[in-house]
Amino acid sequence: MPPMGPGRKQGMMKKPKDTKKTAARLFSYFKQYKLRLLLVVICVIFSSGANVYGTYLLKPIIDDYIVPFIGQEHVNLAPFIMQILIMLGIYIIGAVSTWLYNRIMVGISCGTLYTIRNQMFEHMQKLPIKYFDTHANGDIMSRYTNDADSLRQMLSQSIPQLISSAITVVSVFVMMIVISPILTLLVIAMLIVMLVVIKFIGKRSAMYFRKQQNALGAVNGYTEEMVEGVKVVKVFCYEDKSKQKFSQINGALAGAASNANTFASILMPIMGNLSNIHYAATAIVGAYLTIISGNTNGGLFALSIGALIAFLQYTRSFSHPITQVSQQVNSILNAMAGAERIFELLDENIETDDGKTTLINAVIDDDGTVHEVAHRTGQWAWRQVHKNGSVSYSPLRGEVDFENVTFSYDGKKTVLNDISLYAEPGQKIAFVGSTGAGKTTITNLINRFYDVPDGKIKYDGININKIKKDDLRRSLGIVLQDTHLFTGTVMDNIRFGKLDATDEEVINAAKIANAHWFISHLPDGYNTWLTADGANLSQGQRQLIAIARAAVADPPVLILDEATSSIDTRTESLIEKGMDGLMKGRTTFVIAHRLSTVRNADAIMVLENGEIIERGSHNDLIDKKGRYYQLYTGAFELS
Amino acid sequence: METTIPMIMAKLVDVGIQNSDIGYVFRMGGLMVVMAMLSLLFGAGAARTASVAATGFAASIRQAMFYKIQDFSFSNIDKFSTSSLVTRMTTDVTNIQNSTMMVLRMCVRAPLMFIMALIMSVSINAKLSVVFMFAIPVIGVMLFFVSKFAMPKFRLMLRKIDDLNRVIQENLSGVRVVKAFVREKHENETFKNTTHDVWDAQLSAEKLIIVNMPIMQLVIYACIVAILWFGGNMIIVGDMQTGQLTSFITYVTQILMSLMMVSMVFIMLVNSKASGDRIVEVLTEEIDITDDGANENLKLEDGSVKFEDAAFSYHNDIMNCAVRHINLDIKSGETVGIIGGTGSAKTSLVQLIPRLYDVIQGRVIVGGHDVREYKLDHLRSEVSMVLQKNVLFSGTIIDNLRWGDENATEEEIIEACKDAQAHDFIMSFPDGYNTNLGQGGVNVSGGQKQRLCIARALLGKPKIIILDDSTSAVDTATDASIRDAFAKKLADTTTIIIAQRVSSIEHADKIVVMDNGRINGAGTHEELLKINDIYREVYESQQKGAE
Repeated sequence: MPPMGPGRKQGMMKKPKDTKKTAARLFSYFKQYKLRLLLVVICVIFSSGANVYGTYLLKPIIDDYIVPFIGQEHVNLAPFIMQILIMLGIYIIGAVSTWLYNRIMVGISCGTLYTIRNQMFEHMQKLPIKYFDTHANGDIMSRYTNDADSLRQMLSQSIPQLISSAITVVSVFVMMIVISPILTLLVIAMLIVMLVVIKFIGKRSAMYFRKQQNALGAVNGYTEEMVEGVKVVKVFCYEDKSKQKFSQINGALAGAASNANTFASILMPIMGNLSNIHYAATAIVGAYLTIISGNTNGGLFALSIGALIAFLQYTRSFSHPITQVSQQVNSILNAMAGAERIFELLDENIETDDGKTTLINAVIDDDGTVHEVAHRTGQWAWRQVHKNGSVSYSPLRGEVDFENVTFSYDGKKTVLNDISLYAEPGQKIAFVGSTGAGKTTITNLINRFYDVPDGKIKYDGININKIKKDDLRRSLGIVLQDTHLFTGTVMDNIRFGKLDATDEEVINAAKIANAHWFISHLPDGYNTWLTADGANLSQGQRQLIAIARAAVADPPVLILDEATSSIDTRTESLIEKGMDGLMKGRTTFVIAHRLSTVRNADAIMVLENGEIIERGSHNDLIDKKGRYYQLYTGAFELS
Repeated sequence: METTIPMIMAKLVDVGIQNSDIGYVFRMGGLMVVMAMLSLLFGAGAARTASVAATGFAASIRQAMFYKIQDFSFSNIDKFSTSSLVTRMTTDVTNIQNSTMMVLRMCVRAPLMFIMALIMSVSINAKLSVVFMFAIPVIGVMLFFVSKFAMPKFRLMLRKIDDLNRVIQENLSGVRVVKAFVREKHENETFKNTTHDVWDAQLSAEKLIIVNMPIMQLVIYACIVAILWFGGNMIIVGDMQTGQLTSFITYVTQILMSLMMVSMVFIMLVNSKASGDRIVEVLTEEIDITDDGANENLKLEDGSVKFEDAAFSYHNDIMNCAVRHINLDIKSGETVGIIGGTGSAKTSLVQLIPRLYDVIQGRVIVGGHDVREYKLDHLRSEVSMVLQKNVLFSGTIIDNLRWGDENATEEEIIEACKDAQAHDFIMSFPDGYNTNLGQGGVNVSGGQKQRLCIARALLGKPKIIILDDSTSAVDTATDASIRDAFAKKLADTTTIIIAQRVSSIEHADKIVVMDNGRINGAGTHEELLKINDIYREVYESQQKGAE
């Protein structure tokens, strides 16, 4: 499959850890295909059986219907025709069963893959952010591509081939014994030689493949770095030097790769010709036996010409499945390792969510009573279900309360240390501080990308762990530092914030975000097709779209995490006006590097090493002549 | 060699056994063993050469692509995006390598085996080989149809798999956005549709391919049966011998096996065609900025820059220009600040000076000559640009600095770093200048990275230096020190600074205000404050509340 994701390299031998358990689990996916699988096994037996038996028929045909009639005239050909027709019939059955089992297996493998992929994706969506922090995207990606593909290959090719090879080998072997036990001894000797050769070559080949893998890693790493940074390369006219270095490591890879592949591809001709030698040996011994039995008439060593020919035909069809078995076993082990990694993903613990409190659209009377309604009113309320089953409503106000929150991502390094803060409904709260000071972590805790112990964070007086996650997040509009746009039109991307938004709503949101002007100047306006890395837009324009996406969601609480870092200050102040209008009376959190962004916030928190070292309004903090003042006057550098 | 074995075998059976000549049996048997040995030797040799050839081929492709990409102009790179280029160079090339190996071996082996086996069987019994006249066209026609119908289906399948990977990739990198907007269900639906498409496409493609095998089998079997019948009759009449019949049957298998290999090659080719296409796309991409028309010996005399009604478009479309009607005169040694809103084309403008892109109208004149008259590497070594999205490479600090000038002495390096205000923090690292940066320069902070990039550019001692928003993460005090050093040490160097902060450029000899791809105004800080609305607004937005 050409378009593999980045990440784990291909061709590496992966060893499964617990084959039995994985196989059993894999099998559970086939339960719904039970009948079809049974049919597959039957068809495989038919198909290989037909092949073997058809070959066996050579013997009686030659011995009983051809040889006796040599030189005779007026031969009764009817039984001969009969035999030929039987043979043809058997072969037809064989071919049809071959087609049938392949067809069924393809169906099963495509269907199973569909099920597994969907299961993986659905499960992945439920995993906590922590999982994505600790697993590289390329690594997760390769479970969908490489691992799923090795699984497909196993289902549609390896397993049926393995069954058919095994059946062929066994039945051929039985037939051989039936025809001539002596010649079969020769077969066993050959078998041992073959296994030794397979083992020897396999070992060498694994070693060289490891070497190739390392060299490939070096080339890919260098490629990645130089191609990602190609613009810098050009600016410094570094092309010739990078070419030189590349040639060097590329040459090393070519050397390692040719060795690795030699051993991998040498196996086939060696096995093929070992079988030829065996064929020759069988012919010699067989011919010798035939001549002797012609003289002595029978006994253990008796061999007719027909038997010899059938036997020779068997030796031809014996070595091929053996080579195949050794290859299929490898690819099945490979697929098992892949399946293990897929199941590993499926077994990851999902985000815990035992919140019962939900967010509803509400109409709030003057006396404060809350009525639940189905449509969007611009007012929201929390619907709390109590232990005794009674339901109460409280209006959403946007009050956020942190009480001595201490947090660490890995349990070692404390990121937030004893943070207490209180955001009044309708306030604009800003966080400033260096990279790593813990600004983003605070917002990550509010929307429960990460969890803190009960009761530490309250939202409108409700413990956030008691709020249903989806509803909690629905109540928070977030514009992230890393604007992520999806492949699709500009319209689709903004609409991501509210799936049922009308075109008009989308355009309004774009206007609030000050994005309307540039969007309408794009070649296809709102229908311009964007790609994920959005190469056709500037970083600032991408941020404008991300802001519009949050604006269309029209959320009760808004979090802007470095949302305007690549936008010039003038445009930023225009956006600010628009957003302030939208968020009037609602709570907003702003995280920024640039102080002009946070200046008009109601409260500014200066974070350093996970602690709030200063808080107050812009003027308060300037008067205080502390860290904020230093930052503002440029005496101190944020990094 | 392999093809001779059944022939000898026939002799062995017919002559040896019929005549009960054990000596003959051994001689012929020995000959067969020798043949098999030779065949083994040559077969292994072939495998070795095929591997060497295929990996060598892949290496050459990889090299050609890398060289080509290094020669790409900025607009070529924009067209592909760097991540797609990386995939093409890694995954796609590996695919091609694997299929070349198979194809090489099969393509030589299959036709040879086919011809040899055909000759052998005709020589055994010409009449009987008429059977092939029927079998071969049947297989040919079938191969043709299967590949004809399968090719487009496989291509469709690959496209669908591409889509699938894209959806996963986007959801992985955008996982926070999806979660923040509670769009998991929506994405699940999208994904299900995509996987369902893959399912359909895969099924319909593979359904066709699996027909191949049983039909082949059927044809082989039919041939065997036909040969048995006709051959059997011939033997009875005495026109043929039993051994010949057996070897004939073996040849049938060989001929048909070789055809089977050809059909496998077809499938391989279909599978790797997508990869091949993607590679060829890179290799045939026309590089739009070259040294053609450059004067070998022309040297940049001074650092003056002049734009003459310059216009530039990323889409090479005069109606859709990023910058247009640019007229600007910068004297050698001047310091020029450029300021303007998001998307006002500040970066697009300065990229024209080192000829990272070409104008589509008008001229850019550097040092008295059109930029297109200089050799590219000369122009770019004299015009040093610190990019907005800058990159440090894995290696030590000193390795990275040497990019600016590989022969720089230690003193020169330290001096450049002092000018860029980087020396102090570098010395604060335990390993100083030998500190390892890790891939992408992950071990330094944003502001430090920017200062290293400036030092790197300074080392080349260019006549013109361009800083594209290169001090955005540097604090204002350090920013001022850098400007100070520039003013003192680089008095003769033309300096062009793009900045968001007015404080970074207010002391420049000339400030250019960009708006929507045009120059909105130019002048000194004081002049602009008086006459330019945009400039005043920007200034005020940054000063408000400062006092």
